[in-house]
Amino acid sequence: MSMEPSVSASPSPQTETPVVNDFSLTVATVNGSGSQTSNLTIMRAIFRMGVPVSGKNIFPSNIQGLPTWYTIRVSKDGFVARREEHEIVVAMNPASFAQDVKDVVSGGLFLYDDSIKSPIERKDILTYPMPVKKIIRDFNVPSNLRDYTSNMVYVGVVAYLLGIDMQKLCQALEFHFKGKQKAIDLNYGVVDAGYQHAQKTFSPQNRYRVEQMDKTAGLIMTDGNTAAALGSLYSGMQLCAWYPITPASSLAETVLEYVPKLRKDPETGKTTCVVLQTEDELAAIGVAVGAGWGGLRAMTSTSGPGISLMNEYIGLAYYAEVPVVIWDVQRIGPATGMPTRTAQGDLIECAFCSHGDTQQVVLLPGSVNECFEHGWRAFDIAERIQSPVFILSDLDFGMNQWMTEPFRYPDVPMDRGKILWEGDLERLNGDWARYKDVDGDGIPYRTVLGNRHPRSAYFTRGTGHTEQATYSEAPEVWEKNLDRLKKKFEFARQLVPPPVIETTPGAEIGFIAYGSTDSAVQEARHHLAQRGIQTDYMRLRAYPFPAQVGDFIRSHARNYVIELNRDGQMHQLLSLDLPQEVSRLTSLSHLDGLPMTARWIEKAFETQEK
Amino acid sequence: MSQQIPVEPRAQVNLVGFNKNDYRGLPSTLCQGCGHNSIASQIIAACYELNIVPENVVKFSGIGCSSKSPTYFLSRSFGFNGLHGRMPSLATGALFADHTVKGMGISGDGDTASIGFGQFKHMVRRNVPMVYIVENNGVYGLTKGQFSATAEVGLSLKHQGVNPYMPVDIAWEALVGNATFVARSFAGDPKQVKELIKAAFSHRGIAVLDIISPCVTFNNQETALHSYAWGKEHEVTIHDVAYVPPAEEITVEYEEGEDKDVTLHDGSHIILKKIGHDHDPTNKTAALRILEESNNCNCLLTGLLYVAPKEPSLIDLYDLPDTALNRLPESRLRPAPETMQQINSMMF
Ligand SMILES: Cc1ncc(C[n+]2csc(CCOP(=O)(O)OP(=O)(O)O)c2C)c(N)n1
Ligand code: SF4
Ligand SMILES: [Mg+2]
Repeated sequence: MSMEPSVSASPSPQTETPVVNDFSLTVATVNGSGSQTSNLTIMRAIFRMGVPVSGKNIFPSNIQGLPTWYTIRVSKDGFVARREEHEIVVAMNPASFAQDVKDVVSGGLFLYDDSIKSPIERKDILTYPMPVKKIIRDFNVPSNLRDYTSNMVYVGVVAYLLGIDMQKLCQALEFHFKGKQKAIDLNYGVVDAGYQHAQKTFSPQNRYRVEQMDKTAGLIMTDGNTAAALGSLYSGMQLCAWYPITPASSLAETVLEYVPKLRKDPETGKTTCVVLQTEDELAAIGVAVGAGWGGLRAMTSTSGPGISLMNEYIGLAYYAEVPVVIWDVQRIGPATGMPTRTAQGDLIECAFCSHGDTQQVVLLPGSVNECFEHGWRAFDIAERIQSPVFILSDLDFGMNQWMTEPFRYPDVPMDRGKILWEGDLERLNGDWARYKDVDGDGIPYRTVLGNRHPRSAYFTRGTGHTEQATYSEAPEVWEKNLDRLKKKFEFARQLVPPPVIETTPGAEIGFIAYGSTDSAVQEARHHLAQRGIQTDYMRLRAYPFPAQVGDFIRSHARNYVIELNRDGQMHQLLSLDLPQEVSRLTSLSHLDGLPMTARWIEKAFETQEK
Repeated sequence: MSQQIPVEPRAQVNLVGFNKNDYRGLPSTLCQGCGHNSIASQIIAACYELNIVPENVVKFSGIGCSSKSPTYFLSRSFGFNGLHGRMPSLATGALFADHTVKGMGISGDGDTASIGFGQFKHMVRRNVPMVYIVENNGVYGLTKGQFSATAEVGLSLKHQGVNPYMPVDIAWEALVGNATFVARSFAGDPKQVKELIKAAFSHRGIAVLDIISPCVTFNNQETALHSYAWGKEHEVTIHDVAYVPPAEEITVEYEEGEDKDVTLHDGSHIILKKIGHDHDPTNKTAALRILEESNNCNCLLTGLLYVAPKEPSLIDLYDLPDTALNRLPESRLRPAPETMQQINSMMF
């Protein structure tokens, strides 16, 4: 086995036109082999070099053994969406080797574990066999740690070939191992051994290089579930009930992790946030609704299958007017679907969650930073309108690392909504009615348990009720009450985050999107603009739609609604809400489990425009 | 709010200044003679005698005739009539809002042992601090007489045929599920029902009361195990239950060695005067045994089966402030602004 890059390969390691900071590197490994640490380390080092970067984990629903891919996109222009091309591939998995060889672009770099003996038939790529086992052995890694550290070898080789700063790699390891020196030293040692080996063995290449920039200064890297958990804790959230499900689990787990740090009562040192793992989602939402009814800021976090189970309680919360925040970190459905693949397929289900006439407020964060922001704002909205508020994230946000501005502390005080305590009731002489529209916004006043005023209590039910919360089957009482709920929902248009609109002089085409497809949309618009096609862009951030949404659509003859689902669910919602504008709306939707790419958008758009 | 409560002039008041009407609810809309009505009356009597301030109680229920009954008592208490079989989770969340408020749940045998079996079991194992009454009639009353999971094998019901399945024993399930207070009673034995409710209110964690409560409309044939007639014929009381509030002198006649005195978490006592069995209610194995024996000998065993007064409740497991969680102001809930920068610096 030659240690040289295959001499017969036609591309030269040196080129006149090096690609700097603009390529994708994909690592193919076996699930459960600990490669995540290696991949994060490479990505973080590049980030520390000031170069915009993103990482997407395409992994199986499996603990150990199935193929997994991690793609790091390096983009001097700051595009962080998934790309379909792989310029550099690191192949560590015999099972996916043949496919991985095929996936490298012509002229790309192919690094592989030399214990994989499969033939490489391509001559148009540069190949780099890595003697992983030998390096690990020579480095005297204790045998019980060999499996875990093997993947650090390619980190060193990649660093040598691409020119990644070793010091930055060390910083990334220090962060990952939280300063545990033994682990840092061991891992960095293996990285360095990989680097030394590559330096000795491989001639330098300049086809793909990472060079220092200053485009990430002041930014942080984090994932959407962490952002969501922190946003919830900064909302003052007091109870989180949950049941494990991919890709939502790490949201509640992160809440649990940060409660001791962030939620010690400054007066007593005791905890002010309860986290409860229930027996299923039926109970998770029940606990959250009970707590919301009791006057706590309460939430649950789940994914599609959990929402399906929660339907009945969510309908009760809507009808009995109980504030509660529900995170849906979406994965692909229907059914169990592909638990580790992303989607925007729960929009319709959430917007009309539960039987009968229901309409639910849905927030649509479009970045991990907005996962934080919507995470606290959702409670202000829920308590103001006394209704469930959904937040739709997805696996791509929830479990992948994204660059973002630092989180911003909430800029408004908590809005606890229309809640009456003993003093308020004294002033009112106890004269109040739970479901009466006093202020004309459809939102009634409420009291919560523990209020000791003798007129405070009322009986909450999911059956027909009067303004005084007493039982009623009277047709006019039912209709009036449901009309008031509708009015409340209409009022919510003013409360939810408005869309973010970007206009370009001369643009006649409108793009409409939401959530995690934002980066792909921005990239597609950039490419189209280079070809002389200008587009305006509206990124929706909530349902019900604020007034600006209709205005934007009306100001473009052709609006393309871009989303990650089969049926064009946002297109459907917009069509329902703005029936007179339907002819201006075209759906560009597809779903295969992978994050959106700019290329797909451009192609779909061009097909439509023809 | 505005539910009108009839006031009897110059009614007698209890130690906290309330008369019995203060514990009543709206007139019942259940069938005349329904066991659930008699239990509601005993709840009213128990709360009156316990000198409970109505605002210090919160009521929960699922769906069913039984679950309707919280509107028939304690109108001055908050209440939530939730979903069929899902009241335990609702109560679990709500009770965190104010730990000084006492929870009371009313359920049916369908609500608890069929659709809500999972939530029931998990509420029990978490020791959610509330009185949980199952008004057990062996039948679905509200949907008009189908078999419930507690119906005995061979029970024959109009339009339903004969039940071929083994029944669920709710007291047994509570015991094996690690409930910390389990009693069985009979709506036809109001005095015992009342004393058990009083004791249950003083218990620190979950107090499961499985009360046989006949459905006079759909399951009251003399041979049916949940009928008045059968209950009256076959009730075997383990002991006479007498509740003695905290700091009150025990005046009940009490025979050392014969009778049992259990001190509850709040300092109150349950005095159990031996009748048929020499049962130690702090011994779970014994409780399981007498339950099993009673099922085999075709009798309705009633009384306090088991109590573990010292176990921490769910809320005790969380280190919460003394102030009710739902009264904490923003300054105690939202982390201070300076923490934001620390958090950001913890990200990469
Ligand atoms: C999800 C759901 N399924 C079915 C029903 C219909 N339902 C209402 S009450 C009930 C049975 C109640 O039986 P039980 O709990 O024993 O109460 P009882 O009326 O006997 O007191 C059923 C099946 C419902 N309300 N919700
Ligand atoms: S149907 Fe049965 S359970 Fe329902 S109210 Fe009538 S007697 Fe009671
Ligand atoms: Mg029943």
